Amino acid sequence: MIEVLNAGIGSSFQDLGRPGLAHLGVGRSGAADRASHRLANRLLGNDESAATIETCGLLSLRLHRSATVVVTGATGSVDVRDGRAMAVNNVHDLPAGADVTVRPPEEGLRYYVGVRGGFEVEPVLGSRSFDTLAALGPRLHAGDRIGIGPDPRTPMAADLGFHRQLDTLIHVSDGPRYDWFTADAWALLTTQPYVVSPAGNRVGARLTGPALERVQIRELLSEGLVEGAIQVPPDGQPIVMLADHPVTGGYPVIAVVAPQDIASVAQARPGTVLRFRHTAR
Amino acid sequence: MRVLPFGPGALLAEYDSLAEVMSVDEALRASEVAGIDEIIPAARTVLVTFRQVDRAALEALLVPGAAATRIDGPIVDIPVVYDGEDLGEVADATGFSTEQIVATHSSTVYSAAFLGFTPGWVYLVGLPPSLQLPRRSTPRTAVPAGSVAIANEFTGVYPTVSPGGWHLLGHTSVQMFDVTRDKPALVVAGDRVRFVPT
Repeated sequence: MIEVLNAGIGSSFQDLGRPGLAHLGVGRSGAADRASHRLANRLLGNDESAATIETCGLLSLRLHRSATVVVTGATGSVDVRDGRAMAVNNVHDLPAGADVTVRPPEEGLRYYVGVRGGFEVEPVLGSRSFDTLAALGPRLHAGDRIGIGPDPRTPMAADLGFHRQLDTLIHVSDGPRYDWFTADAWALLTTQPYVVSPAGNRVGARLTGPALERVQIRELLSEGLVEGAIQVPPDGQPIVMLADHPVTGGYPVIAVVAPQDIASVAQARPGTVLRFRHTAR
Repeated sequence: MRVLPFGPGALLAEYDSLAEVMSVDEALRASEVAGIDEIIPAARTVLVTFRQVDRAALEALLVPGAAATRIDGPIVDIPVVYDGEDLGEVADATGFSTEQIVATHSSTVYSAAFLGFTPGWVYLVGLPPSLQLPRRSTPRTAVPAGSVAIANEFTGVYPTVSPGGWHLLGHTSVQMFDVTRDKPALVVAGDRVRFVPT
């Protein structure tokens, strides 16, 4: 049993999401940085679909039994009361009674806290992810007592996969409505710096920079979206769709972030300067 | 039909009419092309996401067929209190009285074309042309759950509180989406809907 002493900032249970339900208007959701969620589970010997807690920091947990714990994703300090500080990306066997506190990140934005056996919360529509847009999935509150799943009885292997560089150079390809924008808009997006705004969340990373202007000003009928789609609302400031994006949206999509760069956008803190580079058309 | 780029794992097919969208959606769902993850129909587009897929086989399915899709699923009755904030504006824009708006909106059996935006949000078609208006120029930041609304060729019900630019005609206490039900979405694509004034 693990007790939530402090829910921290932007904390929620996440797994690989609930794909295949778009016909009900239900989005995929899941870990915003799926690679770090997967890494946490690999290091613990869990199935990659086991639930982790995604948090931007100040999450505090008390172990009511001994457990094997790991923190991946962002880099920062993880304190253990009366014990050694935990290094990120390393599994730690902690005794019953240990309090684990994840401090605000020094690099990156979202940590993934995993436990061997996984957090045992009730899945909703087949997933333990909390979709912040749809308000769907298990909630995480201070005072909650969370069960730990059965030991997976798999070996825990060293994993060198964590030497991942977070990049601020983001590769993009044409979006479906790239021809709704001026040639200048494309040149600006792929040459000028765009700063990550504090207004972003799991739905989308909001960017601030030179406005992207349209040549086509008619209203767009809502159409399907994918993770990484860069939507441009009327103010010209781009929004990169992240895990909890709506199934459909009514603003034109100028470009699409390459799948391997989505984690870098999801981990970009407010104030981070991103640059976009166009992959071959 | 035009096929538009959407990154390495998706494509967006654009059509001239919703009827074409619905015929392609039906063909894709009935097909056995391996590797398709999601099929997301909308008003004039179908988004297909995939991992590895036979691109030629997929694109062949995106050509709309000749046969129109018939919507003949079960009829779901949705009770409505017609007390929407925008009745006055809709009356001004259409020249109808409030009574005529209610009579027109509630005398049609609508067809559920597709779901999107948020869980349980169903786009219903069949709105009489006399009630078809563009979206509000300034969307509301929070439309109450259960609001019954119209915009363009569609009518629908807001399942949860959300931002929105549709014209509000009334409200219902029916839950459009509830994960505790066997079928969480009250209305799915292919169903028909009648609004019953109460």
